[in-house]
Amino acid sequence: MSAEPLLSVKNLKKHFAIKGGVFARNVEKVYAVDGVSFDIGKSETLGLVGESGCGKSTTGRCILRLIEPSSGEVWLSGQDVMRMDGSALRSLRRDMQIIFQDPYASLNPRLTVAAIIGEALQIHNLVKSKKELEERVVKLLETVGLQPDHMRRFPHEFSGGQRQRIGIARALAVEPKLLICDEPVSALDVSIQAQVINLLEDLQEQFGLTYLFIAHDLSVVEHISTRVAVMYLGRVVEIAPSRALYDTPLHPYTEALLSAVPIPDPTVKRKRIMLQGDVPNPIRPPSGCHFHTRCPIARADCAQRDPELLEKRPGHWVACHYRG
Amino acid sequence: MAETLLEIRGLKTWFKTDDGMVRAVDGVDLHIDRGETVGVVGESGCGKTVTARSVLKLIDMPPGRFEDGSILWRGRDLIPLAADEMDKIRAREIAIVFQEPMTSLNPVYTVGDQIAEVLRQHQQLNRKQAIDAAVEMLRLVNIPNPGKRVHDYPHQFSGGMRQRVMIAMALSCKPKLLIADEPTTALDVTIQAQILELMQEMKEKLGMSIMLITHAMGVVAETCQRVVVMYAGKVVEEAPVEALFGNPRHPYTQGLIRSIPRVDRAAEQKQRLEAIAGTVPSLLEPPPGCRFAARCKFAMDVCTKAMPPLKEVGPGHFVRCVL
Repeated sequence: MSAEPLLSVKNLKKHFAIKGGVFARNVEKVYAVDGVSFDIGKSETLGLVGESGCGKSTTGRCILRLIEPSSGEVWLSGQDVMRMDGSALRSLRRDMQIIFQDPYASLNPRLTVAAIIGEALQIHNLVKSKKELEERVVKLLETVGLQPDHMRRFPHEFSGGQRQRIGIARALAVEPKLLICDEPVSALDVSIQAQVINLLEDLQEQFGLTYLFIAHDLSVVEHISTRVAVMYLGRVVEIAPSRALYDTPLHPYTEALLSAVPIPDPTVKRKRIMLQGDVPNPIRPPSGCHFHTRCPIARADCAQRDPELLEKRPGHWVACHYRG
Repeated sequence: MAETLLEIRGLKTWFKTDDGMVRAVDGVDLHIDRGETVGVVGESGCGKTVTARSVLKLIDMPPGRFEDGSILWRGRDLIPLAADEMDKIRAREIAIVFQEPMTSLNPVYTVGDQIAEVLRQHQQLNRKQAIDAAVEMLRLVNIPNPGKRVHDYPHQFSGGMRQRVMIAMALSCKPKLLIADEPTTALDVTIQAQILELMQEMKEKLGMSIMLITHAMGVVAETCQRVVVMYAGKVVEEAPVEALFGNPRHPYTQGLIRSIPRVDRAAEQKQRLEAIAGTVPSLLEPPPGCRFAARCKFAMDVCTKAMPPLKEVGPGHFVRCVL
């Protein structure tokens, strides 16, 4: 990328300690995020996909420092996020916001919609009067396709899709540059899912937003993303422009993952690469390449050597000894 | 013509709540023939799960009640059947696999005990024989090292392995019909592929029929021969799988198919998704006409006046729409 990236993540790690024994010492570690690096350019959407427990959500939360990372760097428009604290961090959070997966659990049931959306505006002193606050909330509700009179209602009066719209309005209130979308549509029915995806696309165009779109659904990620990063057991195994990744996946895990997605067309018959077994335990991830225990093309040295994420084709990075 | 195993006619399963009567299933007709996999699709609250549970009479009554209709199992109506008669149908003739492999196993018993319990209840086996049979079932569903795993507790299994245990349990009495209620929804996509393949393999080995309840159109396209689409307690379309995806006739089915992004179309021009506007109507007092009318872009005056009947538009292709 020629231009300065908006967000730059370098060798991010998060190891959760497991306490045990007599004095609750740290006995083991979960390697949730184990050296993740990527850049996101302005107005770009980077999709982050992987199966449960691969560390994609933890990565998103570490970037916002909702979870303190163990090590690594995060840069947002040239500012070092890891070194900030207190008020600097708070004002930085104006630039990055998050939308959560569960539209039922992420809205305070005791607050009205106006209070939920307006809270951040007040915290960041973005409005001077009550009247101005209300005007901003009405504007935000209209932006996400809700009615102005919805502001006096409580979250339980809305459907799942509408709640997700409220969550989006709340995130947009402080006019962020980067929006981290953590499985924003996976709790929604397909017809509603499409409404929310279209809304996110419209908002990106309208405000020039940058998205980190975290999801397990490969078809949704492919649809919305400019580039896609695939994670497996805490590491990025492949990162490429969306179409290149889906047309010519290089990593055997990406290939298997793509072939497992059911296609809603009975006339399409594909060869499926069936992965054996389950994802290994991230407490003791396999040595060398984390994927070697399930990999159809693994050779003896895959268990010894860590593959590096290398640019094998222009813009197409893959961490595999034998592909690309 | 294949033998019809299950025939549901005009089924109405309603629930009494403080706010009034919820018409969860409101006049559903569907049938399943021997050896067939039938998909029942629809979004949350369309009545697909209640239909499935009604077949095994797993609905709490009250608040639920069968308002009308019949459920014919090989010609015999299950609705008036006494509890002990129903026990002979469950597991032996019709078995069910639930969505949540985490919550549908008892955490304080070993999986072996839980499979053996089903076997001992329905077949004259002693404890030793039942455990041996449980080991065989675990082997059948490809759980590695079944002789040892049979003594493990549910928490020692991963999500995919638990779903295999659930399938082993459901198939232990060799049922003729397996009802799978969102069997892969809680699973990752690579594990989902494993479970769907297992179900297909089991179907061929045991010669049973499957009623697959799901909201995932992709899963339906890959596993079913015939599909029933439900919306707000009603069947809106029924067709062989090729016809449903190749030539969907109901505007709701069309919307469902077009609203999903497709990975296999990555190379083509990216299109905006076609969302269906609005949300599912309340089942408390459903409007008199077509239940989809409020969200339908083709809706006309007549649509809000009377419920359109299911009409045949092609071989085995039925649609509930005036168009």
